[in-house]
Formats: sequence, C-alpha cells, structure tokens
Amino acid sequence: MPHHRTDDLDELIACPVCDALYHARMPETGERVTCSRCHHVLIAPKEGAFLRVIALALTVMILMLGATFFPFLSIDAQGFSNAASVFDSALAFTDGGWMVALSFATAALIVLIPVLRAALVIYVLGPLAFGRKPWPGARAAFRWSEDLRPWSMAEIFVIGVAVALVKVSDLARVDYGPAFFMFAALVVVIVLQDGSMCRWTIWKTLEDKKSS
Amino acid sequence: MDHMEDAGRQEKLVSARRAGLVACTRCTRVWPAGTDVCGRCGSDLRSRDYRSLQRVWAWLTVGIICYIPANLYPMLRTRVLFTETESTIVEGALDLALHGAVGIALIIFIASVMIPVGKFIAIGWLAYSVAKPLTMEPHRRHKLYEFVEFIGRWSMIDVFVVAILSALVQLNVAAAINPGPAAFTFALSVIFTMLAAQSFDARMIWDTDEDPRAR
Repeated sequence: MPHHRTDDLDELIACPVCDALYHARMPETGERVTCSRCHHVLIAPKEGAFLRVIALALTVMILMLGATFFPFLSIDAQGFSNAASVFDSALAFTDGGWMVALSFATAALIVLIPVLRAALVIYVLGPLAFGRKPWPGARAAFRWSEDLRPWSMAEIFVIGVAVALVKVSDLARVDYGPAFFMFAALVVVIVLQDGSMCRWTIWKTLEDKKSS
Repeated sequence: MDHMEDAGRQEKLVSARRAGLVACTRCTRVWPAGTDVCGRCGSDLRSRDYRSLQRVWAWLTVGIICYIPANLYPMLRTRVLFTETESTIVEGALDLALHGAVGIALIIFIASVMIPVGKFIAIGWLAYSVAKPLTMEPHRRHKLYEFVEFIGRWSMIDVFVVAILSALVQLNVAAAINPGPAAFTFALSVIFTMLAAQSFDARMIWDTDEDPRAR
C-alpha cells in the first residue's frame, strides 16, 4: 500500500472523522457515499447545487437584514408597551461594563456570523457556478465559512424565543412583528443551504479550477 | 437515496496513517506522511494531534470554572412594580415548572444543567480514554463524541432567553427584566466547552481499533 505518487493520491479519500482510507468514487447525483466505519457522509453531490446554494445564501442575507431591524416582538401590560427587534435583543447586555462583551457575542452569534457565512459562500461559489476560475482567497474564504459553522446560532435563538414567550406570557400580552416570521423562515433557509452543500465537491472544484 | 456502501473497493479498512499517508480533516485529501500543509485547501496537516489533548483539558478546565459562578449568581433580575426578584438558572427553571410550564422548564433544565454537566464528563472521559486506551468500544466512543459535538451549542438557549427578555420586558414602572452576571459566565462556559470539543482529534478514537499499539 505505501509508496504513492502524489498524482495517485488524488483518487484517495480519507474520512476526516476516523481516518479510514477509500478510493474516491463519484456517486450518482442524489446518492451519498458514507464512511463504512463511522458513517460520516463523505460525498453527497446534488444537481445544480452551486446555483441553489448561492440563491439560498442570498435569501439568508436579505431575510437577515429585515429580521434584524424590523420589530420582532412587542408586549404590553398595564398600559405600558415595548417593542424589541433582534438587534435590541443583542444589545440587551449593554447596561453594565463587561456585559457589553456579551452583547457583541450575541450579535455575532445570531446575526453577523450567519450573514458572514452566506457572504463567504457566495464569494466562493459565485465564479464556480459559472465555470470560471475561483476568485483570489477563495480557499481561505471557504475554510473560514466552515470554521464558523458551529458558531452560527440562529436556530438556537429561535428556540430561545419560544422559551422567552412562555416566560412573558403571564406577565404581559405578546404580539409578533414581521421580523418574527422572517427569522423563522431564515432558519429554514439556513438549514436547506447547509444541506445542499457537498464539501468534497466544492474543495475538489476549487482545486481543479485553480490550475485550469 | 441513502446507499450505505464503501466508497472504495477495499475489504479491510486501512487508516491513512497506516498507509503512510496524512489526511486533511477539512477536505479529505491525502498526502504523503510528513506533508505540512494541504495543497488543496491550505489547512495544516497532522496525522494525529496528540498535543490536542492538552488544549482539550485546558478549555475544559476554564469551561468548568466558568460554570460555577454561572450557577451561583443570578441569571435574571425581574422587577414587577416595586418588588425585585433575582433568579439563578435552576431557580428560573423551577419557577417555570411552578407556573405550570413543565415542558419549557424541562428544556431549560436540560439545556442549562444536564447538557453542560454531561458535556464536562463526556469530553473528560473521551480525552482520558484516548490517552489510556482500554474499556469502551470505538463505535460507542464515536457516538458519544458526535453527540457532544452536536448538542454543545444548544446550551446557549438560556443566554438568548435572557437577551430576549431583557430587550422586550422594559415596561417602565410596571415591569422590567435585566440580565444578571451569570448570563456572562454561563455564555463563556458554553463557548469554552465548545472549543474543548472542537480541539479533540476524533481520529484517535479509532487507532486502538486497528492496532492496539497504535501510539
């Protein structure tokens, strides 16, 4: 098995989770290749995936703009009322000293990182979708986008909203703003986008197109 | 359309390391052993990152340290008219349960107490079991690792709940909710334990599978 030439290595694929070595074989569109030891999905190409991912990423950016600044929820009780946007929620910790850091973290986790990931994905896949050479820094951009994946927490925020609604409901009456529904849609789009991306195909295309 | 089949034609599984290769954990490309940087995606290559265990223990320790004040100090300060109440994470969950929202109380309790504590134990156990390979079967350790990686982020729920409540419930003299210091340390604890889980090199779990003398 040892003594490979670098060219031959192109045909091999190693499971990133358990290091099992395979001969890479492009599956039929819609099929998946999984690691037989740890069942990690190795290759899962989808028809027209690049364009679809770009479209979904654009949707994420537009929805996030609205979802961030339009009123998200509003409450009133005993004649007083208040409306809060997602942006306000992120800034909820700005009252005292070091709590400001928590505001920045919250804003990053629920707004900035999801948007940044969408932008990076568009930057990486944009030229590839039209058969062009990748833009400079595309590899670094895609590495970043992948590193940020666990830190994009929009869907967790939505569950947080559900819990908060229950807590508030016996204190005051709650109304939903337009941003509430935009944010709910946003979470679905983010999940769809991540599900349509085959990392292996993207890395391989980046490598092949670089030299052509 | 899930075809559970080998990507290759090999009967017996061989790890990239045993084949004299080093694999990129990001883009799955393999290179001759000793290569430093992946030529496809530009990531650093390491066949096994034993030093990663030190990072795992370091992040885990600060994560646990941050979790202690997160439970002792109040998470929420609720003022209704002129009475102010402070509640810690557990008190907040109990409060919900007493108001009849048992399901929601359970979500908060699971996300803020059971998941973090379970994660501390699981990550510690995984790091320990790799350094001292014996007991648990690799498949089960792998399942545990996958679960820890997946579930860790969800502990952030309580921090977001506090953020939403604090932004929303600002009703002048009628009622107001403000965050307590525990929100900060709890968020830090979640972030540090996520970093601990990410530092762990899962490939080490399988080394004992194919060769008991893998190290």
